This record gives sequence, C-alpha cells and structure tokens, in this order.
Amino acid sequence: MAHDDDSKALDRASQPSPGLAVAVSDPVQNPGLPPHRERMTDRDPKAMKAAVRTVYTLFYLSVAGSIWAVAAYMLFPIESGALIDVRHNNMFIGIGIALALLSIGIGAIHWSKAIMSDKEYIEERHPTRGKDETRAAAVQAFAEANEESGFGRRKMIRNSLIAALVASVVPGITLFRGLAPFNTPENPIAGDPVALLSHTMWKKGMRLARDPDGTPIRAADVQIGNAVHVIPQPLAELGHEEGYLEEKAKAIVLLMRLLPEQLIEDENRKTWSYDGIVAYSKVCTHVGCPVALYEQQTHHLLCPCHQSQFDVTEHAKVIFGPAARPLPQLPIAIDDEGYLVAQSDFTEPVGPSFWERH
Amino acid sequence: MAREKKRRPHGRRSPLAAVALIGAGLLITGGVYAGASAAFAGTAQTSVTAQVSVDEGEKLFQANCATCHGLDLQGTPNGPSLYGVGELATEFQVATGRMPLQMQGPQAPQKAPQFTEPQIKSIAAFVQSVAPGPTYPDASVLDGEGDIAHGAELFRINCAMCHNVAAAGGALTEGKWAPSLSNTSGLHIYAAMVTGPQNMPVFSDTNLSTEDKRDIISALLFQQEAVQVGGFTLGSLGPVSEGLFIWIFGIGALVAVTVWITAKSN
Repeated sequence: MAHDDDSKALDRASQPSPGLAVAVSDPVQNPGLPPHRERMTDRDPKAMKAAVRTVYTLFYLSVAGSIWAVAAYMLFPIESGALIDVRHNNMFIGIGIALALLSIGIGAIHWSKAIMSDKEYIEERHPTRGKDETRAAAVQAFAEANEESGFGRRKMIRNSLIAALVASVVPGITLFRGLAPFNTPENPIAGDPVALLSHTMWKKGMRLARDPDGTPIRAADVQIGNAVHVIPQPLAELGHEEGYLEEKAKAIVLLMRLLPEQLIEDENRKTWSYDGIVAYSKVCTHVGCPVALYEQQTHHLLCPCHQSQFDVTEHAKVIFGPAARPLPQLPIAIDDEGYLVAQSDFTEPVGPSFWERH
Repeated sequence: MAREKKRRPHGRRSPLAAVALIGAGLLITGGVYAGASAAFAGTAQTSVTAQVSVDEGEKLFQANCATCHGLDLQGTPNGPSLYGVGELATEFQVATGRMPLQMQGPQAPQKAPQFTEPQIKSIAAFVQSVAPGPTYPDASVLDGEGDIAHGAELFRINCAMCHNVAAAGGALTEGKWAPSLSNTSGLHIYAAMVTGPQNMPVFSDTNLSTEDKRDIISALLFQQEAVQVGGFTLGSLGPVSEGLFIWIFGIGALVAVTVWITAKSN
C-alpha cells in the first residue's frame, strides 16, 4: 500500500484539476538552489582547525562552568542568614550554570555551521491525497463496521451508550459545584454572588476605625487636609480564617476633611458628610484597584492603575479615565462620644461592574 | 555642495576644525564657569555667620521670600500667606530646595538648597517668631530605632500608594508627582507627614501618633541602607522599568542570537 506503487501520483499532484485550470502567462519560476559557496573552513584547513578548536574549547568551558556551579554552591553557602549571602549564592551558581548551558548551545551551533557539511538538497514530498481505491476501501471498512456492530441498527444499545456517556460527566459537575459556597444559617447570602458583591460589612452605627489597628476615629481628630485610611471597627478583630481579607477588600474607605464650603453636595446627600468630613469607598469602579492617591489641594483622587480621577468635592464624580461611575459614598455621622460612625452600608455596590451591574 | 567639495582640497582648515573649535570653546567657558562658581561658593560659605538668629532670618526673608509671601507674611497674588506655617515647614521647604521657587508650575521641584544650614535655620526661626506653627521634633523621633516592621506596614497603608512600595516615588495628576524618598532625611520625612507640603495630605498626630511616625521614619531609613538582594533595582519602579529593560536588552539579545544562528557561516 506504499504510495510509490503509483508512479504517476507525483505528476498528477503537481497539476491543477482540469475544472479549475487557469492559464497563467507568467508563472513564477522555481529558481532552484543557489550555487554552493565554500566556507573558509572548506577552503582553508587552518580555518577548519581553528573552528574545531573553538568548538571543543566551548565544550570544555561548559565543563568548567558546571564544576564552578558546584564549587560556588560550597563557596557561597546560605548559612549566616544574611540577605547578601542569598544574593551571592544565587549569582555565582547562576553564572556557572548559565556558562555551562550556553557554551553547549553555542558550541553545538558553531559546530553545525562551520564544520558540518552545508550542502543543500531537495527532498521531494509524496502527494498527500490517497489513491482512489485506498479511499474507497476506507469508506467500505466503516460501512462494514457499522453493519457488523449494528450501531445504526440496534438503537437501544446506541441510545443507552449515549445516556451512559452523558451521565458519566454528572459526578464531575456535582463535585465542582460542591466547591462553591452555599447559603448557611450563619451567612444567608454566602451562596449568592450578587448579594455578596452588593453588600459590605458596614452597618448603621458601626464605628469608623484606622487601618490596620482598629482604633476608632473622633471627628475632632480629623483635621483639614487629612486623609485617613479607614476600616469598620469590628474588622480589626476578624481573623484571617474568618474572611478578614474578603471583608476588607470590600469595606475599605478613605476619609478626608475639606472646608465645608468646598463641598458641592446634592440636596439629598447633604447629611452624608459631617462638617466637611467625607468618606468614600477606596475600591475603584473601573477594575477595583485601591484609589487612595489623594491630592489635598486639588481634592482629586487618582487611581494608580488606569489613571481614573475622581473629584472629592463633587461626590467623587469621574473627571478623567475609564471608571464608569463615581466612587460610592459612605454616609457618616457622629455618635454620643464624638466618634465617627456609619449611617448605613453603602447604598450601592462598591467596586467594578459585574453581570448584574453596568 | 559642489562648491564645498571643490574648496576642501585647497583650504587649510580640516573639516573637523569647526567641531574642535566649538569643543574648545565649550570647554573653556565651562571651565571658567565651574571655577568661578566654586570660588563664589567658597566665599559665600566663609561669610556666613554660624549663628542662628531671628534678625539674620528676617533679613534673608525680606531679600528672598517677601516678594511672593509679603513683608508681613500676609501673602500676595503670587504666593500664599505663611500664617501658622512655623519653623518645621519653612525648614523643609527651603532645605530641600523647593523654596525659593524658580517659577510657577504644577509642583515645586526639589533642587540644591540656596542657603547654608544656619541661614535656613535662621529663616525658619524668623517665620516661627512671627507665624508660629509646627515645631521641630525631639531627636528621639528621628533616631531610626523604632519598630521597622510596624513602620513598614503603616507606610504601605498610608504612603505607598503615592510614594511607591519601595519609596521610589510615583506620578500624580497633571504634572504633579510624589517624590522618591531614597535620599530624604528623617527630619524631612517627619516634616512632610506633619505639614503636608503641596498636595500631600497631612498625617497629624491624631491620625499617626509620634510613635507611629518614628516607626515609619525608621522603616524608611532602614530601607535606604538595606542591601538589595535582587541585584539591580532599575529604580524600583516596578513593571515599567523592568519591562523596558527586558524588552530592549532581553529581546535584543534574542534577536541577535537568532540572527547569528540562521546566518550562513563565512
């Protein structure tokens, strides 16, 4: 069944089929191979000798590199614990290994380029299309297999096999679904991503506290020009096993104090600030980077990731960049002891758009 | 072109004469300028009274600052009033070369200070006497012996978003920037936190206590001294400088090797 049985296959493959033939007046001519040019190493035995010397020198250099890497491992141990030891250890072992591997590669390429024969040959390909009788035989084999197995005829067997294959995937789907969180009595929204994205741990009366130590902030302690990084007070007591980072990622807030007359506030949001103190979500509404680059003279907040800018004087409206919405504002008030507290959770989801929010 | 070509063989001047002449001229001018400015600096230093005094400060203020800030520190259309500014902010602005300002712009750049240390202290003492404000801290705040780990955490939360996590500085909006802190002294770090120069927010003691500030200063001073285990830092600017380096030199080396591999041997 070898292809060279058919001596005319090659000729046929190089011709277009009669139906598609187009007469080309100036077909591109195959220029063939350029004449072989002798290298220095082919003409001059001295050059050949030098090339041979270069190649074996490179290979011996590689051996030296490997030995050096082992020696460096012993000469520059990471024992004292000083960081500079790590640096020396990495650097000298790395130089040895790099020398060892690069020398092998460079030597091998130089060997093949300068010493091995560089004469070029053309090896003709056989045509890829099978002979007609081979193709007919293949179709015949499929038809016979279908006939003998009864796959097309015995529908019960075929359908039950399809059912078995489909069912075999279901355990996998079940296991993967089990990895996702479920609603529990303690956390009724744990299995609901939209609710999770729409709420943070801020609640009415929850004190604003400093990141990271959780000390509450008195309104009188926030001065003009201050920028305070804020977390909900109960967050500081939350352990890393209890979702500290998940909650922090949503609840972080930047607190700033401006002169009250600098704020241009909506009528229905006038009560959300306290004497020039405003609190905004630190999560960018573009893709969620922390926005905290506050310029105290221009009152602009800059997101370092994609240069969105927000104007703190006008409810953090977007004045530049790709952010889609203003930063959500946390409504604040003060409690009996003069500490800043939240009036409620954010009134809209914080952070970037998701499938239920555009 | 044709005429020039004709002249060359006959002319006495070599084609390099012009280049040599300009080079020599630049060298002489530069040399004279360097010598003169060094001599000037020398005389300036010897003439300074090593004494810090409010009177001396007042004279310096009137000569160098009052044009914009007003003779009574009341401010002018060209510069803000200095009421409540005090010695700490004055020392910071003048000793880092930000003041006197060369020209109006998005931000006052750092440059070599224009005055000697006693002169700066004198100006600061004068401003403090007329417009009292934040004062110099205890030496213990600047000793660098605080809790470095705590200071670094506070730095990452409060400062790193503008000044870069490695304190290498970073860009702000419309031509403003947060400067690198790799050469900043403990006193100037303290002054910046307390006074909030230009667009930097103020980190008053009610937000970051004196002890917190000491920790932050200690962390930054530690970082200034620390050995970089990763080798070249490329300015610690993160992916921009590192990406640029690897695109130019890494990809460049790969292109060179590829060309060598595929080129025919001679």
